Amino acid sequence: MNQSIPGINKKAGTDLPVLKPYRGGIVHAPDNLLFSRWLADLPVWFWWALPLLIVVWPGFALAASNYSMSQAFAALIKWIPFIVMDGFLYNVIISFFAMLIGTVTGVVLGLMQVSPLRLIRYPAKFLTQSFRNSPWLVLLFIVLLALPFEVEIGGEIIRIPDWMKAVFGLCLPVMANISEVVRGAIISVPSGQWEAAESLAYSRHQTLWQIILPQCFKRMIPPWMNWYAILTMATPLCSLLGVEELITLSRQAIEAENNRPELLVPFYGFALLIFFAYCYPIARATIALERRYAVKLQ
Amino acid sequence: MNATQWDPTRPIISIVDVHKSFGDLEVLKGVSIDVMKGEVICIIGPSGSGKSTLIRCINALNDIQSGSITVEGLEVHDAKLDKLALRRKVGMVFQQYNLFPHKTALENVMMAPIKVLKEPRDEVETRARALIKKVRLEGKEDSYPGELSGGQQQRVAIARSLAMNPDVMLFDEVTAALDPETVKEVLVTIKDLAEEGMTCLLVTHEMGFAREIADHIYFTDRGVIVEHGPPETFFDDAKDPRTREFLSQIL
Repeated sequence: MNQSIPGINKKAGTDLPVLKPYRGGIVHAPDNLLFSRWLADLPVWFWWALPLLIVVWPGFALAASNYSMSQAFAALIKWIPFIVMDGFLYNVIISFFAMLIGTVTGVVLGLMQVSPLRLIRYPAKFLTQSFRNSPWLVLLFIVLLALPFEVEIGGEIIRIPDWMKAVFGLCLPVMANISEVVRGAIISVPSGQWEAAESLAYSRHQTLWQIILPQCFKRMIPPWMNWYAILTMATPLCSLLGVEELITLSRQAIEAENNRPELLVPFYGFALLIFFAYCYPIARATIALERRYAVKLQ
Repeated sequence: MNATQWDPTRPIISIVDVHKSFGDLEVLKGVSIDVMKGEVICIIGPSGSGKSTLIRCINALNDIQSGSITVEGLEVHDAKLDKLALRRKVGMVFQQYNLFPHKTALENVMMAPIKVLKEPRDEVETRARALIKKVRLEGKEDSYPGELSGGQQQRVAIARSLAMNPDVMLFDEVTAALDPETVKEVLVTIKDLAEEGMTCLLVTHEMGFAREIADHIYFTDRGVIVEHGPPETFFDDAKDPRTREFLSQIL
């Protein structure tokens, strides 16, 4: 450390600009993983602090009340099977299908974004940017209100369940963000790969599918998982539209228990806990995968 | 191969009065070079003199504004050019190797003939293994590019290009990114090729090497060919002051 380097920790011996050494860390995947990084880095004490908060906070709030804390928790425990099986299960189902549809359409849109044809590229860019930069709730409202309640297929009337409409609403922003993930991964491959393939007589199409995309695949997984966690966190938005999911059912349960304000923290705290328990492992896996792949980037 | 039928009295590559600009910057200002079959041509010159651009124009990686480049009678910058046909004739090796990092050395060599030329796999594999042996990398067939040194990667890149059975090989500063101790192994590989009669165009900064293997040397500066000639006269008896200045700086 005591070594003196001209231009770094000592006066430079030249007027020419000196290139300072790069203090590099890990090369990160194209999309930033702020959310997963934050979640995965939460310290272990958080695991205990979160449930504790749910217990301690209402303890103070209830000190003067005649409704005891044990009563509040008894109410919560009574409702947990209903909240989880009829509620959170739908958050998982909605996030799963929204991710599925969003990924398939997003990959197509992302590939269109790198097309050499303007006629394909420009509309894809427009769709991507508009859905990426719209409030999710607004998109949800539009889809929920625009979609019919029921469709007629071959003379049979089929009701579209609300959760399915929520899937269509939420898959739009997911699609747009996955589209950017795909585009980002493709343009992050050094242009030399395109040139090498081109000089080996590969067509553009062959280059994309046989050379470029196989290299992108690994790089896309961490941001893709990051978006899944964000999507799952967004599913409670559906409760504003009356879709039956965790928050909607928690509210119903509280109402059934006479709307006692003492119930708010145990019930919503439980909702927080269950989302945390679901997303935390995903975030850890995302960051672990990202570290593994980052080392192999050129 | 087409080259065997190519009339040896006609140039296999003919570059006539080529102009090329990037925006306002004119990098080639009327360059003409003829290359005969089996000839080894070295293009030298200061950085930014347009030598890499010129070599990249030959296999249509860059387009040109005017003039013409023909390779075995194929007009390279014709809009109706069959690029596949051109690139089967012309192999190219890059400064940064550009191996496909997700494939092993052997797969790198085998991919293009199988996927592009649709040749049978076992035939290609026999040829690929022979080529890897030829570039002295036996035993590295199953290594990934990331596990190979720069010189080894560059030799895989040469084998990969040769697997397409090209008639002409272009080398774009292929030793510029290498550690000094691995430069030699790559140069030896190129020399072997040249001695077998492969038509080679090299952009290089290795003057000693150029002198040793080139049949003809072209010196470019600011987009024009300042001087050219066989290596002995070029290095020992340069006429143009710009050439002499350049040579005095690097030799």
